[in-house]
Amino acid sequence: MPRRIDPEGKSIGFTFEGRPVAAREGDSVAAALTAAGLRDLRDSAVSGSPRGIFCMMGACFDCLVEIDGIPNRQACMIPVTEGLAVRRQRGAVEVRI
Amino acid sequence: MSMNERAADTLVIGGGLVGAAVAYGLLRAGESVTVLDEGDVALRASRGNFGLVWVQSKGDKMHEYARWTRGSADLWPEFAGLLAQDGGIDPDYSKPGGIHFMLSEEDLEKKRAQLHRLHNSLEGQEYGAEIIDREQLDAMLPGLGPDVVGASWSPHDGHASPLRLMRGLHSAIAAKGGRYVADAKAEKVERDGSGYVVRTAKGAFRGDKVVLAAGHGNKWLAPSVGLDVPLRPEKGQIIVTERVRPLIPMPTHVMRQTAEGTIMVGDSHEDTGYSDASTSSVVSDIAKHAVRCFPALGQLRVVRTWGAVRVLSLDGFPIYQESATHPGAFSINCHSGVTLAGAHALALAPMIARGRLDASLDAFHSRRFEHATAH
Repeated sequence: MPRRIDPEGKSIGFTFEGRPVAAREGDSVAAALTAAGLRDLRDSAVSGSPRGIFCMMGACFDCLVEIDGIPNRQACMIPVTEGLAVRRQRGAVEVRI
Repeated sequence: MSMNERAADTLVIGGGLVGAAVAYGLLRAGESVTVLDEGDVALRASRGNFGLVWVQSKGDKMHEYARWTRGSADLWPEFAGLLAQDGGIDPDYSKPGGIHFMLSEEDLEKKRAQLHRLHNSLEGQEYGAEIIDREQLDAMLPGLGPDVVGASWSPHDGHASPLRLMRGLHSAIAAKGGRYVADAKAEKVERDGSGYVVRTAKGAFRGDKVVLAAGHGNKWLAPSVGLDVPLRPEKGQIIVTERVRPLIPMPTHVMRQTAEGTIMVGDSHEDTGYSDASTSSVVSDIAKHAVRCFPALGQLRVVRTWGAVRVLSLDGFPIYQESATHPGAFSINCHSGVTLAGAHALALAPMIARGRLDASLDAFHSRRFEHATAH
């Protein structure tokens, strides 16, 4: 189980699936979710199986989540800000033509 | 330099889509095969391929190429099945037909004339591409932008995953007992009795026959076996989007949706030497054109962009040839490694296994460039 090595820093609040999560200033969304023990971030668009963080540096696109209504965002590349609404990414996006 | 023990029936230089497809076909024909590959540092067009298995508009100025391409598309269903069976990896091939958008009446008329020429030149063989108007197009592919006036459509066109094809070929080569040597860039090809020896950083390898399938590397290797392979680089860039639910039911020349749900967008042509760098100006033009054809693409997030260097002969058509001075030495070049994979594995490789190319491939010899000026 990952844990914070430096618990210092200003506390920020955001939500995941509508529930409050506590983060520290400077956390990426992926880091804050991981620190809170939340690992199941999306369903694979191909197999439907659960996915979460992997590379934590923007390369693998495994940590995709919906943030403030925008789907398929990379949780590891986005800093947490106060009040962010994060949701699990459920499968592939539907595009309206 | 150490000599690696047994001689193969055939040494294949190059482990990209062309070399791997030929190696797989040679193994299917019962030969022992060693593939000598440059490795991860190779300027590998196969890594950047768009994935079309494309027939329409190919070979307007070389009818043998039109026939050869159509033949490969006809072989693809069998080829994909054999590959899945032998290597355990399905290349995600499907043949729903393909579309080439026309954005002006003038382009539509030019395309109509081209299809007419191709149809007439194929000696009664059904060419199969036709012009469709906007109404027919809307029924096939809803959501097109107002600038699309019509399209050409061919039922023989399809697409596959180039990465799964590559992995599947290598898996099938291993399963069939082929030997693959990575980081073994061919430095020299020399005669060795009635056969050949290829010197590499991984040692020397012997074979009764040798096939040069090293893409741009063939230009430098070919003279050592008495062949001339004039090639030029042409960069293409590709954009890939996030995964979305099924949106585009058939491949088009500018965009296709993969089995995983991403949408690939491409079709740029640049001369930047051997650079495979992705550049924002060209990527932006590709995106603008694609959104003009299919506006809903504008909603999608881009995941990656990349460039790759096509391997083009001076006239853009493939080169297939056996050396007159070095019997058993062949060279192969083309820029449609996915489209032609079926023909390379199931039609070309059996000829190489028999030791000579059929007369039907005479037109692909590089002697056609002897009077060309650009070299």
